[in-house]
Amino acid sequence: MSVRVESMSKRFGARKEVVGVNSVSFTAPAHKITSLLGPSGSGKSTLLRLVAGLEVPDGGKVEIHGEDVTLTPVRERRVGFVFQNYALFRHMSVFDNVAFGLSVRRAPKSEIDGRVSKLLGLVQLTGYERRLPDQLSGGQRQRIALARALATEPRVLLLDEPFGALDARVRVELREWLRSLHEQTHVTTLLVTHDQEEALELSEHVVLLADGNIEQAGTPSELYENPGSAFVASFLGGAKVISGSVNQGRASFGPIGLSQSVDLADGARVEAFVRPQDVRLEKLGAALDGAALDQAVNSPATREAWVERLVKVGSYVKLSVVLPGGDRLSVQMPRHEVEERGIGQGDRVLLDVRHVKVSPAIDYVI
Amino acid sequence: MSGVVGSWGPGQARLGRPALEEGRLMRGLLIAAAMGFLGLFLLVPLAVVFLTALRDGLNAYWHAVIDPDTLSAIRLTFLAAGIAVPLNLVFGVGAAWLLSKYEFTGRSLLITLIDLPFSVSPVVAGLIFVLLFGAKGWFAPLLEQLDLKIIFAVPGIVIATTFITFPLVAREVLAVMQAQGSDEEEAALTLGASGWQIFHRITLPKIKWGVLYGVILCNARAMGEFGAVSVVSGHIRGETTTIPLQVEILYGEYHFAGAFAVASLLALVALFTLVLKHWVAWQGRRSLRPQQDALIQVPTEAMQGGAAI
Repeated sequence: MSVRVESMSKRFGARKEVVGVNSVSFTAPAHKITSLLGPSGSGKSTLLRLVAGLEVPDGGKVEIHGEDVTLTPVRERRVGFVFQNYALFRHMSVFDNVAFGLSVRRAPKSEIDGRVSKLLGLVQLTGYERRLPDQLSGGQRQRIALARALATEPRVLLLDEPFGALDARVRVELREWLRSLHEQTHVTTLLVTHDQEEALELSEHVVLLADGNIEQAGTPSELYENPGSAFVASFLGGAKVISGSVNQGRASFGPIGLSQSVDLADGARVEAFVRPQDVRLEKLGAALDGAALDQAVNSPATREAWVERLVKVGSYVKLSVVLPGGDRLSVQMPRHEVEERGIGQGDRVLLDVRHVKVSPAIDYVI
Repeated sequence: MSGVVGSWGPGQARLGRPALEEGRLMRGLLIAAAMGFLGLFLLVPLAVVFLTALRDGLNAYWHAVIDPDTLSAIRLTFLAAGIAVPLNLVFGVGAAWLLSKYEFTGRSLLITLIDLPFSVSPVVAGLIFVLLFGAKGWFAPLLEQLDLKIIFAVPGIVIATTFITFPLVAREVLAVMQAQGSDEEEAALTLGASGWQIFHRITLPKIKWGVLYGVILCNARAMGEFGAVSVVSGHIRGETTTIPLQVEILYGEYHFAGAFAVASLLALVALFTLVLKHWVAWQGRRSLRPQQDALIQVPTEAMQGGAAI
């Protein structure tokens, strides 16, 4: 039940001047959740609608379970679609909403009754049959929308920012719930989201899009640990890209004082992706004991900076530090570490970059 | 903290008072102005219609109404509305569907064209049909061959009425459809519903109050239309006069009580329509909540024929 998209292209506008997706190919493995992740305008929703058949591609191919469905009408594709704003039938009860897909196929009443009550049990809304959508909370509505999409036993479940309209707490709850639902149903699922946390947490496969193109596709840890481009690194985990150069087999990055041996020729340009969580700060000027000070100053990966801004967000602290060259770097540290060190706004600090991903810079040959 | 009583403009804040509320004096003046205007231009004329109609007593009123020519005018009015409204209902829903679901070249031109009957004077509209179907009109030879008479006959009145009332349903339904979007239709499509199933199980229940509202406005206008119908009618008594034309004829003959008696019928239709319209708008809002109140926008001229004399 895998989904395969091949060289899919779609442009919008009277003169086809707006790019939706640009010759995109990917495969969503069977029985898994695949995330289509990207910032708004990256083409992820367009891609999902193309798979559903709600948009007609300008070129390319969609296969569901090996069957070419590019020209199959939506109603025969057997896909379940869940919209960001639920799109429940407002004038129908919860029961009629969930039963809709079966009743338009003229399924026998006994089958409909059985299936609807089973699905309402699955989404934990038994007893809500007679309610109207307006009488449900946002989270409940989205669960009904999922039950409705699952009623027709779709080959693929397509979720278009399903939690986008919900508040943060309900989002996290529903995320957990969706994961356990998927463990019960194992329906091949495509999830469109702009929330990297949602994508990394829910899916086994991530397709990262930008400007209608695929930036990188792979498992969440592949993308996180081996970002293929500066965009991927900064989108996943908010990494800062710092460029450096190679000299005598060592890549050095001036501002963060990082030096690392690489297998590249002298003069090659390299990039370091530094994530906020991978940096620790030590307060300077305070009483560092001899050994710590020695280590701090002599460590090639530790250099001086000053704290420009500091915001406490619950259990952690977000800091913005200014590097010697004037560049800014975001740092995220556990709250207790910041408090133990007594770091405050305006303090001089030493950077300790604990983990960094170094890769050759992409050279643009003109 | 007590507000300054009788102050102009937004007074001092007071507990439980909306921030935008004006001072008491200002509020009183605004209400008085609105009420005075309404009374002078709506209630007084309406009262005059009924008082004059009943001036010679109930008996005379009744005789004016059951006059054969008047009865024929009533029949023709209902016939014209009875044909024009269903036609415009089908066309209006179809056009609104087309315009809200599809993007195509000429779409905005079509939206503009739908409003054409509102922007053209009804008399000009009537003349257009005389030029097309009249004795020297474009289609005259064809009509002669088929032995059909349109101008100065019942078909002309039906066509003119249809033309004049044609935007009412379309505009109303289009507004409702655009306000509601097509997510529910797309959801139904992915669930395997056919075009017809989507229309009658999803779209129709969504737009039914808008449709009903449009039909009510359309009917009110169809029954009250004077200008265009007057041009194509020929004023043949007992044959091609509608209620508004009958009022004009009676009035022209200084038969005031009769004219006002017939006019009062139109006024009653208008009042009934207003109540019905209000109820439908209320029902529509209830079913739409919390979405936009697309039903609010009322093409005001739609009602103009209602109490015309």
